[in-house]
Amino acid sequence: MPSLKDLKNRINSVKSTRKITKAMQMVAAAKLRRAQEAAENARPYAQRMEAVVNGLAASVKGSDSAPLLLSGTGKDDVHLLVVMTAERGLCGGFNSSIVKLARQHAATLASKGKTVKIITVGKKGREQLKRDLGEHLVAHVDLSEVRRVGYQNAREITQDVLKRFDAGEFDVATIFYARFQSVIAQVPTAQQIIPAPVPEDAEATMLYDYEPTEEAILEDLLPRSVATQIFAALLENAASEQGARMSAMDSATRNAGDMIDRLTIEYNRSRQAAITKELIEIISGAEAL
Amino acid sequence: MADTMQFDLVSPEKMLASVPVTAVQIPGTDGDLTAMPGHVPFITTLRPGVVIASTDKGEMRYVVTGGFAEVSAERISLLAERSLLAEEFTQPRFDEMLEEARVQRDSAKGPAHDANAKHFADIMEAGRQLGLQASKV
Repeated sequence: MPSLKDLKNRINSVKSTRKITKAMQMVAAAKLRRAQEAAENARPYAQRMEAVVNGLAASVKGSDSAPLLLSGTGKDDVHLLVVMTAERGLCGGFNSSIVKLARQHAATLASKGKTVKIITVGKKGREQLKRDLGEHLVAHVDLSEVRRVGYQNAREITQDVLKRFDAGEFDVATIFYARFQSVIAQVPTAQQIIPAPVPEDAEATMLYDYEPTEEAILEDLLPRSVATQIFAALLENAASEQGARMSAMDSATRNAGDMIDRLTIEYNRSRQAAITKELIEIISGAEAL
Repeated sequence: MADTMQFDLVSPEKMLASVPVTAVQIPGTDGDLTAMPGHVPFITTLRPGVVIASTDKGEMRYVVTGGFAEVSAERISLLAERSLLAEEFTQPRFDEMLEEARVQRDSAKGPAHDANAKHFADIMEAGRQLGLQASKV
């Protein structure tokens, strides 16, 4: 049975924890709104880029001069996984669920005898993957100094990825991130970026004249399209992270509240018990006289 | 035929402009061109340069690098990797971009070097059009 003082101390410490989680929740809510706005703003560019690239890809598909980024290297041996996670923890299962998806993917590929290479973006994913897939990690991108992800960050990642592709270091690249659905639902997603997937129903847009040639435009646009996809993923991830943190901190705050209630009841009971005990002692002492 | 067309200038981070215009001058990879309402549907890549959009209220000038333009009869969309208003294209920004292009040019070899050298020259030219001089070459 803890003493009254112990109980009082615990109540106070849980109360200050609640203050912290409450504050984190509110900060996350504010950041989430900004992150969502950023994702919103990036959408028109990404959509148009996708539409044009798909149209072009459909008309170039199958021709011998199609760029490697579209047609692939013709092999399927080495896979590059770009795993994007957060730089910080305390956001529920956000990091773990992305890592879990990447891990499953890596295991499937390994069982098929493929080579797996991993680039991690964000500290948390690296820490988790280092344990069992440490020898597959080839690079790490640190975004801890970055306060708001900009296109520049996406471009740097893309340049690194493309350099490796040009050097023939991998055949297929997939990015892993959490798509933002709502504050309580973030969907871990795997998305192939190289070779560029062409939807089955994409139709060649014969509508347009092209200058210079279709191939030359595609050559120029595909790297940008990769960068755009990575940028979109980074933004989605940022929004998801804040969303996950917000709901994690919300339930932490609620838990702390419940705990304080329980401890307060216990505190009051033992205080009452102590008073009753003292009374009994006094009364029985008086009776004995 | 309408005498204006919708002009959208989009960068990856946000939409920079969305206004009706009467003509837009675009720095295409193979040369400058001016798109007016009723233009043939057309897609071209961009070189670094100055975009001039003519509206009822006068000319708007933007500096763009990298990207492409999608032209149709009643709208023109410019997707530029980097773009800013000509007024914001100041000497420090210009120097910064030149320096970046110079590093890229000097780090590449062969055909990539030529492409980057052209990129460098294009930025230089864009600056010249707006009355900026490279402070160091």
